[in-house]
Amino acid sequence: MDEREKPISLVLFSGTDDKLSAAAVLVVGAAAMGRPVNVFLQYYALDAFRSGQVTADHALSSDATAAQAPVIRAHPGEHWSELLKQAKDVGEVNIQACALSMDMFHLKQTDLDPIVDGVEGVAAFMASASDGQVVFI
Amino acid sequence: MSTVQVEKTIDARGMACPGPLMNLIGAIRQGQVGQAFDVLSSDAGSKTDIPAWVAKAKQDLVEVREDDGFTHFVVRKAR
Repeated sequence: MDEREKPISLVLFSGTDDKLSAAAVLVVGAAAMGRPVNVFLQYYALDAFRSGQVTADHALSSDATAAQAPVIRAHPGEHWSELLKQAKDVGEVNIQACALSMDMFHLKQTDLDPIVDGVEGVAAFMASASDGQVVFI
Repeated sequence: MSTVQVEKTIDARGMACPGPLMNLIGAIRQGQVGQAFDVLSSDAGSKTDIPAWVAKAKQDLVEVREDDGFTHFVVRKAR
C-alpha cells in the first residue's frame, strides 16, 4: 500500500441494522484495500452510535420483507460495530458525527460510543472527502 | 501440492465475508516475512477478495485449492 489512494467517504443516514451492516462491510473492505475512509453519521445512523446502544436491536429497513427478515437476523456475520473496529484496526478510518444531527438530538460527544472519533460540520467532512467518492446510505 | 511450508492454518470455515480475509490480514501483520498461512474458507467472497487483497498488499498467493466444501488459500508474507 505504498501509493496514496483516494479516500472513500460514506454518509450514514439510516439507522437500521441491515443498512449499518452493509455500510460497515464497505468500510472494512475499503480499509483493507488501503483506501482512507471517512464516515459521517447523520440522523438515525448517529442515533445508533449512542453509548451503550450500539449492539441494541436497531430493527431492519422497510426494504426487508417478512420472508427476508429472519434470514438476515440469522446470518452469522460480525456485528457492524465489530466490522468498524476491524476496519480501524487494518486501515485509516475516521468516524465523525454530523454537528447538525448532534444538535438536533441534543447529543454531546460523551453521549456517543468511543468508536466515533469526533464531531464535525458538513464542510469539514467534504474537505476530508476531497476528490474521492461520497456514498450515501 | 504446496511447495512452501505452512506456518499456521487459519480455519475460517463458516465465517461470513469478509471474516476470512480479515483473519488473513491479522496473521500476515503479525507474521514474519517468508512465513506462509493456509486460510480455509467456505465464504464465496474469499475467492475474489483474498487474491485482490494479496495483489494490493504485494503479498504472495502461493496456492488456491478446492477442498470438500471449502477452499485453501496459501499466502506467503512477502514483505
